[in-house]
Amino acid sequence: MGLTVFTYDKTFDGLLSCIFFAYENRVFPDLILAEEAQKSLFTEISYRVPTEDEKAVRVWKSLERKLSPMARKAMFAVWLSELEETDMLLFRYIRKNIDAPQGIEMNFGDADVLRCEEIARKVAKDAQKLIQFIRFQETADGIYFAPVSPQHNTLQMVARHFKARFADRQWVIYDTRRRFGIYYDLKTVSEITFSEEDAEKLSSGKLDNAKLSESETLLQTLWKEYFKTLAIKERVNLRLQRQNMPKRYWKYMTEMQ
Amino acid sequence: MNEKTLEKLKILADAAKYDVSCASSGTSHGSAKGGVGTAAGWGICHSFTADGRCVSLFKIMLTNHCVYDCAYCVNRRSNDVRRTAFTPDELAELTIEFYRRNYIEGLFLSSGIIRNPDYTMEQMLRVVKLLRELHRFNGYIHLKSIPGASQELIAQAGVLADRMSVNLEIPSEQNLKILAPEKNYESMFAPMRFIQQGMLESAEDRKRLRSAPRFVPAGQSTQLIIGATPDSDRQILSLASKLYKRPTFKRVYYSGYIPVNTSDSRLPVLSTAPLVRENRLYQADWLMRFYGFRDDEIVDDAQPDLDLEIDPKMAWALRHPEHFPIDVNTAPYEMILRVPGVGVKSATLIVASRRYGRLTSAQLKKMGVVMKRAQYFIVCRELPMNTVNELRPEYVRSIFVEKPKRKGEDSLQLKIEWG
Repeated sequence: MGLTVFTYDKTFDGLLSCIFFAYENRVFPDLILAEEAQKSLFTEISYRVPTEDEKAVRVWKSLERKLSPMARKAMFAVWLSELEETDMLLFRYIRKNIDAPQGIEMNFGDADVLRCEEIARKVAKDAQKLIQFIRFQETADGIYFAPVSPQHNTLQMVARHFKARFADRQWVIYDTRRRFGIYYDLKTVSEITFSEEDAEKLSSGKLDNAKLSESETLLQTLWKEYFKTLAIKERVNLRLQRQNMPKRYWKYMTEMQ
Repeated sequence: MNEKTLEKLKILADAAKYDVSCASSGTSHGSAKGGVGTAAGWGICHSFTADGRCVSLFKIMLTNHCVYDCAYCVNRRSNDVRRTAFTPDELAELTIEFYRRNYIEGLFLSSGIIRNPDYTMEQMLRVVKLLRELHRFNGYIHLKSIPGASQELIAQAGVLADRMSVNLEIPSEQNLKILAPEKNYESMFAPMRFIQQGMLESAEDRKRLRSAPRFVPAGQSTQLIIGATPDSDRQILSLASKLYKRPTFKRVYYSGYIPVNTSDSRLPVLSTAPLVRENRLYQADWLMRFYGFRDDEIVDDAQPDLDLEIDPKMAWALRHPEHFPIDVNTAPYEMILRVPGVGVKSATLIVASRRYGRLTSAQLKKMGVVMKRAQYFIVCRELPMNTVNELRPEYVRSIFVEKPKRKGEDSLQLKIEWG
């Protein structure tokens, strides 16, 4: 008997459809893969699971009865982690909750529940770092632009924060790794992508000086000098600095250039 | 803004950097209509300087001119340093520009005393008014309250600021007299009382009318300098604990004294700042605020100073082996919190999960319990190997006393080569 493999379109609704499919046909996968992923060489029984909104909604509804809003939010955060293990982890997590008479979200003695909690924390932390370390540059046309490259796909988790905070200016936060951004037009936040050529230029995160507003360069200098002055030399502790602000976030930070 | 701004910024940031407080926590609000800025409730650090400290607020002095001559202060009258001042407009504009680039969470404004306390407070108030009213800024503002400023000015400031603070700096009255003869202890507590009064009144008003203005919603804080005076940890922690008993008091900061004025004979000669002691004081502070410890449990007359070699929670546990071992599967949350190696997060997880079954040490470890420390103090599903009672506190202590680092090995000591 080979492995049972599900393939799906790598969307969250697709994953929920996999759950429905499994219960409907009484087959449970050992492995869930994206459709385009390379097939393994083992002998396997493979099912291509179509994504169906209606079925996804039904699974989600049943989860709403079992899980608190917080646990559902955490589940979605696990999804955004884009870690390789998430497909199967979430599948097992959902299945355990469906099979138990009550939700098991607080049973941290269970390895899957604990792992979900861990990943959700990690993703939330990554989003938090985005909120901390994003640096906007004012462009000549008055739009504030910030390049980022978070570990997890956390852009949509921070949209609300920046929409509330910088409500009176247009801004763009652009994920140079995943090559898409979010744009706030003074009313709503929407997803944007750039042409292949522009995306290539933006991958460095640097805008041409000609594209920057008049005062931008001076302000960057002011901030850099302020930052330098603030350190107390008798207490220098670079390890602590790196611990609080890991190097991978320095790439687009004005004061670290 | 121009090159001159840069000069001023450097001088006044340099003057402000010894103030430890930079927290932007304690209150959350949305943005003003058509304005900019929110406060997030928890503090957001936007950067970390080379000394590892968080940059959350734009920490700056309005001026470093000062009429006082306090021995411990870098800005004292008799110091020969360059003096300058921002105009309120300049500072408000700079704050907004920094804020829009997500460099900062808000403003932390302090000042040297120019002319008199009331004049100084008025100038600071103008910056805050410009920010709130002209720029419609609704981010975080932490305002230093100037000792000796009138109650009326504090009342105006309290409505606009999120947090206000008065730095006590010196933990006892007799030492303040020696180091800052022009200041008096009582005048430092007066503004604290004004602020508290304003906050309590506003809380009362808001019970009747929801739209009544909030007064210093994030509470007040203060700072104590450590190691500039002979005050013991017992004095410091009992002062801190008294302050925390006040309903409006949120934070006490401890700042290891850095010898900024080396020629003053009233101050001790220190080669390095007392950073370990400072760290232990923060640990003790956390025990008082989040772990339910009283100050006299942490230090007492028999041991007026904190143990620098082990942390205060471990020290308490070793002084009181009679409370241990405790069973994590049955003990109340408060007791689990007192186990060394268990934090607020893991204690919460333990209490939530044990309803589903008895917990094992492997599960505890996964929940974030530091078993290396906790193993001597707990019982879980397995029987404990050796608890603090069998091993004796002295022995357990010796395990955790930090051994001298390899790097600092005495180079004069000859090494013995083994085989």
